[in-house]
Amino acid sequence: MTAELIKLTAAEIAAKIASGEVTAVQVTEAHLARIEAVDEKVNAFLHVDREGALAQARAVDEKRARGEKLGPLAGVPLALKDIFTTKGIPTTVGSKILEGWIPPYDATLTQRLKAADVVILGKTNMDEFAMGSSTENSAYGPTGNPWDLTKIPGGSGGGSSAALAAYEAPLAIGTDTGGSIRQPAAVTGTVGVKPTYGAVSRYGMVAFSSSLDQGGPCARTVLDAALLHEAIAGHDPLDSTSIDAPVPPVVEAARNGDVKGMRIGIVKQFRGEGYQAGVLQRFDESVELLKELGAEVVEVDCPSFDLALAAYYLIAPSECSSNLARFDAMRYGLRVGDDGTKSAEDVTALTREAGFGDEVKRRVILGTYALSSGYYDAYYGSAQKVRTLITRDFEKAFGEGGVDVLISPTTPTTAFPIGERADDPMAMYLADLCTIPTNLAGNAAMSLPCGLAPEDGMPVGLQIIAPAMADDRLYRVGAAVEAAFTARWGHPLLEEAPSL
Amino acid sequence: MPGITREEVAHLARLARLELKDEELDHFAGQLDDIIGAVARVSEVADQDVPPTSHPLPLTNVMRADDIRPSLTPQEALSGAPAQEQQRFKVPQILGED
Repeated sequence: MTAELIKLTAAEIAAKIASGEVTAVQVTEAHLARIEAVDEKVNAFLHVDREGALAQARAVDEKRARGEKLGPLAGVPLALKDIFTTKGIPTTVGSKILEGWIPPYDATLTQRLKAADVVILGKTNMDEFAMGSSTENSAYGPTGNPWDLTKIPGGSGGGSSAALAAYEAPLAIGTDTGGSIRQPAAVTGTVGVKPTYGAVSRYGMVAFSSSLDQGGPCARTVLDAALLHEAIAGHDPLDSTSIDAPVPPVVEAARNGDVKGMRIGIVKQFRGEGYQAGVLQRFDESVELLKELGAEVVEVDCPSFDLALAAYYLIAPSECSSNLARFDAMRYGLRVGDDGTKSAEDVTALTREAGFGDEVKRRVILGTYALSSGYYDAYYGSAQKVRTLITRDFEKAFGEGGVDVLISPTTPTTAFPIGERADDPMAMYLADLCTIPTNLAGNAAMSLPCGLAPEDGMPVGLQIIAPAMADDRLYRVGAAVEAAFTARWGHPLLEEAPSL
Repeated sequence: MPGITREEVAHLARLARLELKDEELDHFAGQLDDIIGAVARVSEVADQDVPPTSHPLPLTNVMRADDIRPSLTPQEALSGAPAQEQQRFKVPQILGED
């Protein structure tokens, strides 16, 4: 029973709970048992809220017993990235500086999940303050990739992607500033979506780079991601950058996968040196598949994308150096060195030294540098110009280029060994080469599995990119690709992962 | 564009309120020099007549209604404070003695 329940999709679980075939408590207990059995090895969770999850599940079962109508995800368990505040439940952002902090309020996203009767199992591991591509920058130890525990599960949302791939939860939440939803999805053989900027509220999501940060859904299937997308998206008056417009019809699109007659662009820039042969092989197969399914495929030139990584590593550190100033040891979190003889300024500096990890320190210093007078125009100013040029490249492709969506590999390589790039920042940054342009322009993108790289047997992700507010196109294309690949493979890709 | 020296990193760390150790300065200075060398590529567009983009959404001054709504109690707001006194955040000395 338990083994069957953890392999179900979110849509199947919700249907079985609604029909009375299983109870929400049974589903939650099955997932808690799975976490108990495998998470010592995987380390996907920083905190498991057993009692809270069971209470939420019981409430769903009681609702059903009373004959109340249940929502489309009622009773479905979820793993929540530890970057969203949860009232009464620790929120660390993977950092020592917030160790032991218990937020006094729920993020809007947390509230929406609860309102949708989603069962929050716990909080997942992540690179500290979402800065990283491997989850090795967590102050609480790395997470293993369930396909090969010696390899990284991607980052920053490696806890969420690993929880899905290890069948610890059928749904998870991530945040994507430069690829932190899509890159972990790609390297774990799962599905991840970065919605259009402003689609999902940032209220209660610990800020890294506010003009880039975007929460979004992670799942094992395209339809499950769509159901979660619909549950968490929508206008929030508490986030001034939240979009006040209807959520695109993502669930309908996921139920009607079809690419016939669509014009799909291959980004010319996302190929060449640094790309693993097996990644390109699976990507080329995806292109052939899309043609077989009736899409017209054209090559698209986006010359400014070559500068995206450089612009990102000026803009994101600049914004983070400002955002992380709030960690001053005065109102919450860690305080170090307050022995009655030191000034507040000294206590702040000692606390930040003790509480932040290497990557956070590097980025704070880099951002401070880029924003300092004398360098501001050359670095931050130019990076903002690049941002405009990248947005124009997208507009040209989707406008006069007449392309409905763009596609690329999600990542240049499959998952690399834990430790390989841990102290080589530039090598680590390359993992987000293909995902960053979308964050800079604010449009939407998805990663979904497109096979295993022959040379290492690790999952490869296909990235689909859509214009802002056309998130539904991701799901329409993603569902078609997923159905065709699953038929070809005879089973979902994740079935090929070794059992833990 | 010039690289970054160990002394500059030490200065920036002070500005950013990071009390870095000597070995961290040694370690970060080289890494930051590499990173800055790589990101300096953006200056290729410095002379182009292109407006800067600071944010993906063209928003200015988003206002909400000035309504009274529930907020944190003082106890909740102080619940994470490292130190508190008389319903206030208690902080180390911020001004000199003299």
